[in-house]
Amino acid sequence: MIYAIASGKGGTGKTTVTASLAVLWDRPVMAVDLDVEEPNLHLFLHPELTGEEPALMEVPVVDTARCTLCGQCAAFCQFKALSVMGKTLLIFPEMCHGCGGCQLVCPEKALSPGGRELGQIVSGHFRTDHVGSGRPEDAPFLMGRLRVGEAMSPPLMRQVKARLPESGAADILIDSPPGVSCPAVNAVMDADVIVLVTEPTPFGLHDFRLAVEAFRPLGKPLGAVINRAGIGDTSVQDFCRAEGIPVWAQIPFNRAVAEAYSRGEVVARAVPELRAVMLALMAQMQGAAAASKKQEADHA
Amino acid sequence: MTGIIAVTSEGPGMESMVDPRFGRAAGFVVVDLATMAVSYVDNGGSQAMAQGAGIQAAENVARAGAGVILSGFVGPKAFQALAAGGIQVIQDVEGMTVGQAVDKYKRGELTTADAPNAPAGGHKG
Repeated sequence: MIYAIASGKGGTGKTTVTASLAVLWDRPVMAVDLDVEEPNLHLFLHPELTGEEPALMEVPVVDTARCTLCGQCAAFCQFKALSVMGKTLLIFPEMCHGCGGCQLVCPEKALSPGGRELGQIVSGHFRTDHVGSGRPEDAPFLMGRLRVGEAMSPPLMRQVKARLPESGAADILIDSPPGVSCPAVNAVMDADVIVLVTEPTPFGLHDFRLAVEAFRPLGKPLGAVINRAGIGDTSVQDFCRAEGIPVWAQIPFNRAVAEAYSRGEVVARAVPELRAVMLALMAQMQGAAAASKKQEADHA
Repeated sequence: MTGIIAVTSEGPGMESMVDPRFGRAAGFVVVDLATMAVSYVDNGGSQAMAQGAGIQAAENVARAGAGVILSGFVGPKAFQALAAGGIQVIQDVEGMTVGQAVDKYKRGELTTADAPNAPAGGHKG
């Protein structure tokens, strides 16, 4: 099962929740940071990183000896990555979305695939809390890290997702990017269950509504986690009740959580009462996944 | 004086104001210096593009046959495209009419740029 931990608003606690779930998860688990523009899950899980490789996107390279400046490639490209100016075919690799269409339409076979570095795919493993339980104590960790200056994160995210094991032997927890635009949708679209972390403030409610609007059409089980419960107002709870969105956990506002976070600790380890909250959340998530799987089976 | 020059413009004539943006200019007033014949090239298609407006605008200028472009701010990709097309770039032209800009050019008061003066993705100033 794949669980995406997402949010409309940034800074609500996605990574805090993901890190706590990852160390407590009572089944084989893999932690994945898909917030490739600013990955930070590793700052809390402190994984031992064992692999790093560049992720490349296919961009065209021209063989000037073959190019006749016919301009068919430039006319095809919707992103202005190619342009015939004077006696030159200009290629702007940073504009390219990697569709490969220019190479297909070139009648002279003058374009070949080159690579633009999108970022890195980093892998390793982190220590769970299942020490001495007979289960593996270490779990795999994976993250994408966008190159500084690169504008497109979904292509890198797709390459990270291509590394996810297909077998379903381990549950996968995805720390998603915030918002409701392409990166956020890319992170949640392959998930079996979506967890939306929010906070009980007007800003939290505003962006939570956007996230519900964006992700509910995907038709996946979706539940809310209200972080910093006790501040603000009850409008998020009221909205969830009205919309029939289950609230899977409320994380009380607590200075000790902020202190543990600032030290780069997993809050479920550092703050005893949070351990119970996160374990209850885990049970809710697993229950939603099981119910949805059963529903699918019944329909089949 | 001979040659064809293009000026980024908010409107179609010599009395229109210079549009300081290159890629997302409303259009180009194109002047044939030999005859002082004036024509107008609409650049509205570039304005609507999500990306690549500067490159598209450079193609429009090249298609108009201009050898010189007068504008306010030209970004790096547009500059590269104009250079490849053999088009001289004169930038930092703003706050005047197209006619005034053309007169300044004819008097030799404007200098050709050798580097772009705006960041990629649009001038934010």
